[in-house]
Amino acid sequence: MTDTPIKDQAAHDAAARVADYEHGWSADIETDFAPKGLSEETVRFISAKKNEPDWMLDWRLKAFRMWQTMESPDWAKLNVPPIDYQDAYYYAAPKAKKTLESLDEVDPEILRVYEKLGIPIEEQKVLAGVEGARKVAVDAVFDSVSVATTFREELKKAGVIFLSISEAIREYPELVKKWLGRIVPMRDNYFATLNCAVFSDGTFVYIPEGVRCPMELSTYFRINAENTGQFERTLIIADKGSYVSYLEGCTAPMRDENQLHAAVVELVAMDDAEIKYSTVQNWYPGNSEGLGGIYNFVTKRALCQGNRSKVSWTQVETGSAITWKYPSCVLNGDDSVGEFYSVAVTNNYQQADTGTKMIHNGKRTRSTIVSKGITAGKSNGTYRGLVRVAAQADGVRNFTQCDSLLLGDQCGAHTVPYIEVKNPSAQIEHEATTSKISDDQLFYAMQRGLGQEEAVALIVNGFAKEVLQQLPMEFAVEAQKLLGISLEGSVG
Amino acid sequence: MISTPALQDLTMLSITNLHANVADKPILKGLSLSINAGEIHAIMGPNGAGKSTLGYTLAGRPGYDVTDGSVTFLGEDLLALAPHERAAAGLFLGFQYPVEIPGVSNVQFLRESLNAQRKLRGHDPLSGADFLKLARAQADAMGMDMDMLKRPVNVGFSGGEKKRNEMVQMGIIDPKLAILDETDSGLDIDALRVVGDGINRIMRKPDKAVLLITHYQRLLDYVQPDFVHVLAGGRIVRSGGPELALELEREGYKDLAA
Ligand SMILES: Nc1ncnc2c1ncn2[C@@H]1O[C@H](COP(=O)(O)OP(=O)(O)OP(=O)(O)O)[C@@H](O)[C@H]1O
Ligand SMILES: [Mg+2]
Repeated sequence: MTDTPIKDQAAHDAAARVADYEHGWSADIETDFAPKGLSEETVRFISAKKNEPDWMLDWRLKAFRMWQTMESPDWAKLNVPPIDYQDAYYYAAPKAKKTLESLDEVDPEILRVYEKLGIPIEEQKVLAGVEGARKVAVDAVFDSVSVATTFREELKKAGVIFLSISEAIREYPELVKKWLGRIVPMRDNYFATLNCAVFSDGTFVYIPEGVRCPMELSTYFRINAENTGQFERTLIIADKGSYVSYLEGCTAPMRDENQLHAAVVELVAMDDAEIKYSTVQNWYPGNSEGLGGIYNFVTKRALCQGNRSKVSWTQVETGSAITWKYPSCVLNGDDSVGEFYSVAVTNNYQQADTGTKMIHNGKRTRSTIVSKGITAGKSNGTYRGLVRVAAQADGVRNFTQCDSLLLGDQCGAHTVPYIEVKNPSAQIEHEATTSKISDDQLFYAMQRGLGQEEAVALIVNGFAKEVLQQLPMEFAVEAQKLLGISLEGSVG
Repeated sequence: MISTPALQDLTMLSITNLHANVADKPILKGLSLSINAGEIHAIMGPNGAGKSTLGYTLAGRPGYDVTDGSVTFLGEDLLALAPHERAAAGLFLGFQYPVEIPGVSNVQFLRESLNAQRKLRGHDPLSGADFLKLARAQADAMGMDMDMLKRPVNVGFSGGEKKRNEMVQMGIIDPKLAILDETDSGLDIDALRVVGDGINRIMRKPDKAVLLITHYQRLLDYVQPDFVHVLAGGRIVRSGGPELALELEREGYKDLAA
């Protein structure tokens, strides 16, 4: 915490009282901004910055005009202060002298940022890494642009395309055109439409037929610049019989003002394809008084288009002042499978309204939902989930389990399940529990030698275990630590 | 094993005029007791007398407020330490009602606990392999299946299994002073012998001591106490040798209630 860029002592103390937000520092990097505010001009500016083809600019402009006619949704159990969309920057990019040929040309200051975050964006670092550690290819998105994508060559040999979405728009326009906005339509919701207009960068993945992606893919998002929204866009296409495991991580500096993050993630899985998508969301949550933090309004959806396709969402949500997020699966293919495993932690004044939608259109489609909500401080956590079974979808099964763990008595946990079944053959099971972390458990663990915070972390990790064990090993360890850190100061 | 001859005959625990409240209600009312290294003390007494309260208070359970008196443990002011610091200093409490922790395996629980203690004592953590070796040896000695150690802490354990698990934990943690709160209750006849043998094996050492809270003579048949005390009305009302337990078993507490 020594290197947080906080000058004022009172603010520093307040910050210190928050869960140590490990990634709260910011780096001094020369940045190119779009003019402040949101207008057609902003949209054109972003598109021009990215050398986009006309069809892309037209698409953005259409979205922008649509967005102007829409209203911010208010059905979630969230208290969202009005957002002044004119008081933010929609594009911030580290100043680059020219197009980068290799990592050597990336601003060393940015490389240091990722090093500090522990993100391997230099390939040799991974190679020289821990014995037995698997390779992870990383796309590093810094504010509005992708600054580095690793292991591209090696992936190319396997036929895997892994690059920033800006590059994909230029290099693989047919694939992008075919799927962009197909899974999350432009009109889907206020924040998704906004994203269509101003998305700046993100990741594109294509796994060809029959290919098992030879390594984990990941994108690491970092908001650095002040007053800047981040609007990234991810598109993952898994062709027939392919497999990919993908992870996204995110952090932001501690700042007193709120910053908007409105991402769209689209996944599509063809026959027999499988996508495993894991998120460790650790945006700055604001301080213990509720000042600052990221507003995280994210639309994530997967289309299980092919028969026997499978998509599994795993999320560990510890950050953000406000989280509004429902990673969903549209199960069109017969025998396709959707899974949602979620841990959402809120502390202090954080608010999270998160869950999933499982839309069963295909026959014998199955879905599993495991949601673990942990609320502490004065925070509020809501699970909101929809299970819908279409009339033609015979033999559908769903199992939903929602558990809430309360720390203290000033927080709130809520469960809002929606079930819409139009086919009588469906088997839908729903289980929900609410419990408190007990004094008995805490004292028992402390008597054995654990400090109070360690004891809380241990018990919470036990509570969240079913979800954490879905994560790739390396990230599970990281997520466990994060749970502990997020809840520091929440008991006693 | 380390033996510290200097510790022998040394006062391990010294409780003087201890007063403690639970939920603002005075439960311990001027309790004094001294335990030397190498000794085993038994505490008996009627239900509700304050025996568990004594264990919790010594272990530092939040909500057990000391209002008067003092406690030194190995010469240090015990009451000034946080619960986990007391554990690291060598104090172990075997719970009358061991607690379940869903989703956390015994192995993980104990490894983290032991390493947290080692850290406080300035020792390096035990590696996973070394820890497993230690855990396996202790589980074996207590007749507990290794599979149970991999299960979540006490979840779905029978009453007797929970007590046996407390003793496996004690073996792994290897404390200086063990306060065992009715470890014998809920044990079948064979388990009672295994647990009794375990207490002797782990704790009957010149540099260690035990405070056994029990209602019955049967455990004392296996673990011979040096002293027996009667706790009633929040204080020690009578002390004696092993014969006192036999007398209490015959006569009950009728003449002792304070
Ligand atoms: N949280 C509490 N609030 C009020 N009274 C309490 C609380 N906890 C314990 N007590 C009371 O303190 C007294 C001592 O309890 P304690 O558990 O120490 O007795 P004990 O000697 O261990 O009894 P037993 O032999 O039944 O185990 C009892 O009267 C009990 O009801
Ligand atoms: Mg008791």
